[in-house]
Amino acid sequence: MTDIHAEPIAPRARRFGRGVFLGTVLTGVSSLYWGANVWSRVSSALAPLENAVPLIPTGGWRIYTISGSMPHFDPTTWRLEVGGEVAEPLSLDYHDLRSLPRVNQVSTFHCVTGWTVKNVHWGGVRIADVLALARPNAGAHALEFVSAEVPYIDYLTLEQSRLHDVMLAYEMDGVPLPREHGAPVRLVIPDMYGYKNVKWLKGINLVPVPKSGYWEQLGYDENAWVGHSNGYGI
Amino acid sequence: MTHYRPRFSRTERTLHWANAVGFFFLLATGLALYLPSLAVLIGRRQLIQLVHFYAGIAWIAVLATIVLLGDRRGILRTARELDEFDRDDLRWLIGRRPAPQGRFNAGQKLNSLLTAAFALLFLVSGLLLWFGERNTRYRFVSTVLLHDGLMYISLVLLAGHLYLAVIHPATRHSLRGITLGTVSDEWAARHHPKWTLE
Repeated sequence: MTDIHAEPIAPRARRFGRGVFLGTVLTGVSSLYWGANVWSRVSSALAPLENAVPLIPTGGWRIYTISGSMPHFDPTTWRLEVGGEVAEPLSLDYHDLRSLPRVNQVSTFHCVTGWTVKNVHWGGVRIADVLALARPNAGAHALEFVSAEVPYIDYLTLEQSRLHDVMLAYEMDGVPLPREHGAPVRLVIPDMYGYKNVKWLKGINLVPVPKSGYWEQLGYDENAWVGHSNGYGI
Repeated sequence: MTHYRPRFSRTERTLHWANAVGFFFLLATGLALYLPSLAVLIGRRQLIQLVHFYAGIAWIAVLATIVLLGDRRGILRTARELDEFDRDDLRWLIGRRPAPQGRFNAGQKLNSLLTAAFALLFLVSGLLLWFGERNTRYRFVSTVLLHDGLMYISLVLLAGHLYLAVIHPATRHSLRGITLGTVSDEWAARHHPKWTLE
């Protein structure tokens, strides 16, 4: 039987292979520190091309869920219940929600795991317009956002919910909010990481103080400021 | 009567196919986590995440076990072959001919080295993703980017590899080497003359 290794090593051979291997590993590991910066520049440079031909099939989104299947939106039965410390509990159907004053905004969505989607076009309503109908009591200082994806829940202080670009979004990039993005309506708070942007909203309760939401009970920060929480920038 | 000569040992072939099966399984479960359309269709993210994570660990563990229980000395010699680039290899890479090649041509050497480095990087970034979700100490802004980037580059390498191994008429005879272990003397002399000289 011929020995498969019978080939003689050429006298002038150089050991480049280990360099290629180690160089690749080191480049990859070090990219943990420079990757996002470089990619952000590259993707900005590629933006005109990306608009013409989508290079990344996902549009940059990743769909995170915590349960076995995504909630299904049925416009005939869906309600947004607003309750807790309010003078006037509400039960808004989809039509009621769409009848509230509409606002549009373009903002960037940051996930705590490192991905970012720039220039998302949102359409929806300001929380203030909903609260004007429900009239919170003096003891209400926070909002509890309840998702139809049980047991997902999260909280904002009243002050946080009044930031200028916080909204309840029912449209995304010109179409009704898709199922995987939280149909029919989700919370959008661009200054905080995605896990605060509760999808599949079915209830908002006014409460005296914010508590720990789903991910916060698993160790994530309650005040999820982009770049200043969860181990980043501190 | 065609004469055949052994090209890949049993350990090498087992390693190759274990790597291939693992890669495709991880690709499938990974895409179910990555592509929104698939995520909607399949759901059950937690379960798929768990399967993907443990399959990744198993993949690396199986590769290590094959080396440990297989022909270790042979694998070491193969590693040395992949390490050595002679003048003909460098000429081959910049497209100069003639550039007679050994058992592995320079492109195959590069592909093997990158594949091995990527396996390690997939493992490191995958572990960081898993533990980073549980502890901010292990969280980096760019981990997701690295894991995804490796996937994209691997797909490009894989496309080239499959084209040469299955479709391209001049090279697809090599598929015999990685399945049955042997290639014809005539093909070997044409594509890997330095290997057959001995």
